Amino acid sequence: MPANLLDDMETEVGSERKEFHWTLNFGPQHPATHTTLRLILELDGERIVKATPDIGYLHSGFEKLGEHLNFNQYVTIVDRKNYISPPMNEVAWHHAVEKLLDIELTKRCQYIRVIIGELARISDHLLCVGAAALDLGAFTAFLFCFNQRELIYNVYEEMSGYRFHPGYTRVGGVMQDFNDRVIGRIRTVLAGLPKALSDLEKLVLRNRIFLDRVRGIGVLTKEDAISLCCTGPLARASGVIYDIRKDEPYLAYPDFDFQVPYATEGDSYARFQVRLEEIYQSMGIVKQAIENLPSGPVNVPIAEKFPLPDKGTSYNSMEGLIQHFELIMPNRGMESPVNEVYAAIESPNGELGYYIVSDGSQTAWRTRTRPPSFIHFQVFPHIIKDHLIADIVAVLGSINIIAAELDR
Amino acid sequence: MTEAATTATDPHAQTLATLTRTLGDGAFSTSEFRDNTRVYLSPDQLIPALTTLRDECGFSLLEVGGTDYLAYPGRDKAKPRFEVHYALLNRDTHERLILKVGVSDPDPTIPSAVPLWMGAGWMEREVFDMYGIKFAGHPDLRRILMPEEFAAFPLRKDYPLRGRGERHNFPRLTRDES
Repeated sequence: MPANLLDDMETEVGSERKEFHWTLNFGPQHPATHTTLRLILELDGERIVKATPDIGYLHSGFEKLGEHLNFNQYVTIVDRKNYISPPMNEVAWHHAVEKLLDIELTKRCQYIRVIIGELARISDHLLCVGAAALDLGAFTAFLFCFNQRELIYNVYEEMSGYRFHPGYTRVGGVMQDFNDRVIGRIRTVLAGLPKALSDLEKLVLRNRIFLDRVRGIGVLTKEDAISLCCTGPLARASGVIYDIRKDEPYLAYPDFDFQVPYATEGDSYARFQVRLEEIYQSMGIVKQAIENLPSGPVNVPIAEKFPLPDKGTSYNSMEGLIQHFELIMPNRGMESPVNEVYAAIESPNGELGYYIVSDGSQTAWRTRTRPPSFIHFQVFPHIIKDHLIADIVAVLGSINIIAAELDR
Repeated sequence: MTEAATTATDPHAQTLATLTRTLGDGAFSTSEFRDNTRVYLSPDQLIPALTTLRDECGFSLLEVGGTDYLAYPGRDKAKPRFEVHYALLNRDTHERLILKVGVSDPDPTIPSAVPLWMGAGWMEREVFDMYGIKFAGHPDLRRILMPEEFAAFPLRKDYPLRGRGERHNFPRLTRDES
């Protein structure tokens, strides 16, 4: 503050006059943003008058790439959008493609997709809560979460061969069927989670420092949540109770018994609570799916001309060989209707939808993603207003922005 | 629309009837594919249609996105080059509706939906960034993902996948110059 203003403290301090405000650059590299995002903060002392997000640092043209890669190839790109829960992106992408092509999946495949999706949801929520605790100074909780995430990565590794970006789903099915070892590893995850979650809750939800920093911070009202197009846990923590799994069931979700947790407070604490409760619900879904996993084929029959045959079929049978050739050769490939479709699923962050415009080939004309992180990040300037700088990390952590999905 | 299509089995019958009442007969056309229902509008009808859907039918906005139909197979030349879609959801009846608005070069402009839903702000900025479609009345229409000085619109179909050398020619600041 300039010295000559000190004489007139009584009238000037706390006024909204611009010359008292100063600008702080938060990011693009900052430990608490986890990835590359930048905020330009206009501050009055430590109070945030205005926050302007500046994004696009990780823009890599994923939607443009989708216009040049075919329906099966693009799965490797969607993995890299929300890289905290890659299988959920794959399920969303192929859900939309299969709606375009009108493919009815086999029951076993639906169950497998539910299982990998829910494991991804657990993994995403664990990271969100754990990393938020880390930013607020609770390092141990973060490590407890990451131990469990490692076990989930073990499942990915066993089912697909890749730990981080499995690229597991295919049009009309999955890369390869679950075997006993995969199911064994899923049971290991389920066995270890309750203990880890109870440890996490003891560390975080009874931690006075954590509670003081998230309770009543970053309140998003129900009206604003609707006006700002929020979905998922962010909206459910503000009382907008909508879950596509329950309200417009897809895959095998009608078969499972689960609840949709919600809160009405709309603060950061409510968002953490909703996420923690969703982990329990997802655990229940995975448990039911594993116990009742239907037998039978995992991919739709190759006579339907859509699924890539597995290696055994393509090497040992004439039909498989022809089908493989037809799908892989660049001048051939599957046929799709010249039309467009929007399909969405409930991802850990909210509604993850794809708007696919098809020109009749096996490469989409347009792949528009509805990225929940992008839509949720514009909430941030609204809810951070009049908070302190220290609250930024608490609020950022609770809305779970994944910069790769934000910028695509 | 024929009489058979507006029976009670059509979940959108009531919504479309409300839209017809506001906009007038023949103001929009609809098409269906799988479980999607699309409503095609002209840009000047967009705001009345969105207002009706929000206030009378209880819809909320989920997403805004654009598409470039340049040289799209089987597309009528008279149809506009770009289309912007608005995906709407009614959280009470679980009804989904997609509004599509067509615009064409030069100077494609659509009224902004920000006064109705604040959330449209960034999504419209992205459409502007990627396609160059302007949104009249948008409070802060700037590029959002691409850098400010970027000249082209990368998701247009006449923009090549590998760019036009922007990355190759990007000015680099060396240690000596700094």
